[in-house]
Amino acid sequence: MLKQKATLTRRQLLSGSASIGTAFVIGIGYVAGSSAAWAMEVTHLKPQTMATLIQMARDIYPHDHVADEFYAAAVKGYDTEEQADMIETGIAGLDAAAQGKGFANYAETGWERHRVDILRNMENSPFFQTIRSGLVTGLYNQKAVWPLFGYEGESYSQGGYIDRGFDDINWI
Amino acid sequence: MAAPFELSDDSVVVIIGTGAGGGVLANELAQKGVSVVALEAGGRYLPEDYINDEWESFGQLAWLDARTTSGDWRVANDFSSLPTWIVKAVGGTTTHWAGASLRFQDHEWKAKTNYGDVQGANLLDWPIDPREMDDYYTKAEDKLGVTRTGGREGLPGCNNYKVFEAGAKAIGYKNVSTGRMAINSAEGDGRPACQQTGFCFQGCKWGAKWSSAYTDIPRGEATGNLEVRSQAHVLRIEHDDSGKVTGVVYADADGNQQLQKARIVCVAGNSIESPRLLLNSASSMYPDGLANSSGQVGRNYMRHMTGSVYAVFDKPVKMWRGTTMAGIIQDESRHDPSRGFVGGYELETLALGLPFMAAFLDPGGWGREFTTALDSYENMAGMWIVGEDMPQETNRITLNHDVKDQYGLPAPNVHFDDHPNDIAMRNHAYKQGMAVYEAVGATRVFPTPPYPSTHNLGTNRMSENPRDGVVNGYGQTHDIANLFVSDGSQFTTGGAENPTLTIVALAIRQADHIAAEMNRGNL
Repeated sequence: MLKQKATLTRRQLLSGSASIGTAFVIGIGYVAGSSAAWAMEVTHLKPQTMATLIQMARDIYPHDHVADEFYAAAVKGYDTEEQADMIETGIAGLDAAAQGKGFANYAETGWERHRVDILRNMENSPFFQTIRSGLVTGLYNQKAVWPLFGYEGESYSQGGYIDRGFDDINWI
Repeated sequence: MAAPFELSDDSVVVIIGTGAGGGVLANELAQKGVSVVALEAGGRYLPEDYINDEWESFGQLAWLDARTTSGDWRVANDFSSLPTWIVKAVGGTTTHWAGASLRFQDHEWKAKTNYGDVQGANLLDWPIDPREMDDYYTKAEDKLGVTRTGGREGLPGCNNYKVFEAGAKAIGYKNVSTGRMAINSAEGDGRPACQQTGFCFQGCKWGAKWSSAYTDIPRGEATGNLEVRSQAHVLRIEHDDSGKVTGVVYADADGNQQLQKARIVCVAGNSIESPRLLLNSASSMYPDGLANSSGQVGRNYMRHMTGSVYAVFDKPVKMWRGTTMAGIIQDESRHDPSRGFVGGYELETLALGLPFMAAFLDPGGWGREFTTALDSYENMAGMWIVGEDMPQETNRITLNHDVKDQYGLPAPNVHFDDHPNDIAMRNHAYKQGMAVYEAVGATRVFPTPPYPSTHNLGTNRMSENPRDGVVNGYGQTHDIANLFVSDGSQFTTGGAENPTLTIVALAIRQADHIAAEMNRGNL
């Protein structure tokens, strides 16, 4: 699970860590948001690989009002023994592509468009398609994400919308 | 109270499938005193079991057995192993359907006569007089409690409908309303009124929407003449040396094979499984499958010309609130070849939750073009397009011997190519649908590709001449007198209308026919 802010101070987080890009810090066995709002343990993947995967997830489905921790949650399931090789290889390919364009690595290209160019060049690869299709449910089926889009989910437990605004718009 | 019939009881009518066709037929026969065993591949779920969460519900209800696809339709690319979005449960796809209940228009019963020769289309007239259907449609509307028929009020319009109606009127459409829906606008038939809850596709937790699962099925069982066996997946139909069918072999909940004897067998497993079952029942006497002397079993697969139009506005719509299919524009449902195609289409509001919108808005799409659309999800309105598609002999269900289902039987392959008429109609509908929303201030519109098929039709079609189709005007197979088809696969052509009301009307009519023929000693 993702740890919440209360369990980790920014000072604790930054001691003994490195940063990757501006969004993430990584340490031994964890990836965290630079703001220390969240942190995630990683067991089978290199922390830097997970940080890059989270960046890739955001670049595929970028929602500026959705915080990194939701993208982290969406890809956390790849941190398994069975999938680690596939992910390490795929992310290494992303970094190699970035280096081919003169960047240090994928996560540190600066502008999103540079990363998107890299992804467009590999969008038919099994690795990209696995990550993209997994995100369709991994990201958008998180109940915690729904309110960020205004979506209210089930209403049966509240008696539906018959008395709660099923026809409440007045601008039309 | 279920009536237990012996496996060896060869006096029973066996019905395979319990949806709009099989579920209704089972009850109608049981009410007439006919002994019926209904075999349902799925489990039994009732409103208290339904889950108002799109993916979780999909996992509970959807038919997810192995299937393959081919052809140029986009579903084969986007959802290659999921050609349909239908239900495996007692009640079949009547748990999932949105409730739109429209009669065929007269000209649609006689498509070949009225549309003429359309190149590449295998058009045929239904062997049914439209006037003969009038009473059966009325009976079906009364059974389903269809709004705006029989003195029943229409449903109120939700936000998604208000946008849709205003746009329709703004571009001059006259025939827009909250439609004829099998959703109670007032308490009736032991079911409550619609509470505008959304999630019509996931099974109505109020039971306000008609489904055979909690109407016809329990009423049939209450007669003592109907036994429904759930998790009973039929593998093949057996016949004797005279060619008559004698029973069906099914896998029960434990995976054990059982043989249920039968006097009559009625196939109602939807337009993929019904022809597949006939094909998988091939024997030395019927090497091409049962009832297939015409070679038409599995052919002429239709899935309606579909698509969606979503639109973003500068203000909230909250389309998920309320009835999923909340309104209809019928101005384009006429046959008017001056538009560049034969037949017509309906525009019907539709709403998806965020999880399904992400999956279906632009399958495979990614990046900011995609995500900025979802960023405006709250301000989105949506409609579905449903129109008549052309039957084509090459659009067909075949057995894929390279892929086996959980019982080791060949999986069905669903091949579909759009006919030029389908494409012309879809393009027209996209243009009109986008115009509806742009007329009331849409800032962005999305002509969205078809979803996996919910309207599956035509693969055991009715024909006057046994050479042209699989069943006669009563759904009785031309080749085998005691073998019937009772679902949408018997459709000769698809019409522009959502098919459930017609499937129900045909099932009521078929029950009359079967009971009468039994009384006459002909069956």
